[in-house]
Amino acid sequence: MIAVINYGAGNLPNVVRALQRVGAPLVVTDDPNVIRSAQAVVLPGVGATADTMASLRHLGIAEVLPAIIAAGTPFLGICVGMQVLLSESEEFGLHSCLNIIQGTVRRLPESAGKIPQIGWNQIHITPPFRDHPLFDGIPNGADVYFVHSYYCAVADESVVAARTDYGLAFPSVIIRNRLAAVQFHPEKSGDYGLRLLANFVRWSGASDSVGAS
Amino acid sequence: MLTRRIIPCLDVKAGRVVKGVKFLNHRDAGDPVELAAAYNAAGADELVFYDITASSDERAIMVEVVERTAAEVFIPLTVGGGLRSVEDMYRMLRAGADKVSLNTAAVYNPQLIAEGARRFGSQCIVLSVDARRVNVPGEPPRWEVFTHTGANPRPTGLDAIEWIKRGIELGAGEICINSMDADGARTGYDLELLQAVTAVASVPVIASGGVGSPHDMYRGIVEGGADAVLAASIFHFGDYSIADVKQYLAERGVPVRQISAR
Repeated sequence: MIAVINYGAGNLPNVVRALQRVGAPLVVTDDPNVIRSAQAVVLPGVGATADTMASLRHLGIAEVLPAIIAAGTPFLGICVGMQVLLSESEEFGLHSCLNIIQGTVRRLPESAGKIPQIGWNQIHITPPFRDHPLFDGIPNGADVYFVHSYYCAVADESVVAARTDYGLAFPSVIIRNRLAAVQFHPEKSGDYGLRLLANFVRWSGASDSVGAS
Repeated sequence: MLTRRIIPCLDVKAGRVVKGVKFLNHRDAGDPVELAAAYNAAGADELVFYDITASSDERAIMVEVVERTAAEVFIPLTVGGGLRSVEDMYRMLRAGADKVSLNTAAVYNPQLIAEGARRFGSQCIVLSVDARRVNVPGEPPRWEVFTHTGANPRPTGLDAIEWIKRGIELGAGEICINSMDADGARTGYDLELLQAVTAVASVPVIASGGVGSPHDMYRGIVEGGADAVLAASIFHFGDYSIADVKQYLAERGVPVRQISAR
């Protein structure tokens, strides 16, 4: 069973719909105990890192996530659910985040164009990750849907599984062991997005027979 | 590179697409869910449902349409028409819409933009503006905002460019600018209007009203500066497919999203 964390994220219903579409066995929960015992965990997100951190702390989830990720529970963070994994965020004043991935959440450079970035942009998969099961059936350069003003400036380049160009080549997918996180919205990225979710479900071992759309 | 978006718009009345959609010989040319799925398969980057239902009873049908669409179609969906309160917006977002489009209600109550942006985030709030050209001899053109466009449009006295600046300050995350002069004429977007909007907008601008060909979309993007182009009839009547438009744009150097192999 995959635990989809419910802390009030705006995209939760659409993440749930997309996971259901690819046949994922899931439970939507804000219970730290359910999250702790889940086979895999998905953290959706839209909005600001500070609000998200406050909600996760309030619900007692903030201390569970580093523990389950360290223990090797497959994990997928989406958008702000990726950003809160970092050490800290500069959004609305520097504040600490989960510090699971070393780095800082920074604002996209003004030179990028309009902020937020809204729309379809390409993921350029880094060579070490080209054959990773998360990208099965997803070509290098696939277009996926982004809505964000901030990005993850990670300290350790070896976790960067894909980059996307918007003013700079920011990490759009990070993978470390059984942790995966994406800056874009797979639940809104058409067939490739559903494919990535199906790949995650299969990779996590939470379901034996899950097909793409 | 961020691609320019191609957005078909469907007018929905009491749960049915009005005017009909004639492409692809669909079994039910009036079912918004089936048409949304067909446009998704055809490579649309995003979809807009515009609810032209008059009565509030029938508005509940739209919530159900959005729910069914969100369970089938996994690209961004914007819902507009008749949204008058934060509760109305919430109902559509909870049903699965990614964005809500505000028009008349925002003109009468601009704080609706701010309240929606505060509660759901600016990325959820599209300010849709219907504007008509005001030509005064010897003066540069300007455009006036109208509400209740359709059978009985009402002038507001608001200058479209000033209203758009205000809307962005209040928290609108995108602007959809519809030229009432060009709408339905199929002679292209009002490029002067589009240029005036993109010159002041710090957020993405969606061009609407007047498309007759892929070349009109090309001009809207390259000359008008639009981040996205919205069209209804040229797609619905099957004159051009989404793929036709994307190919035309790509051949001329406009970045577009490649349609995934299914």
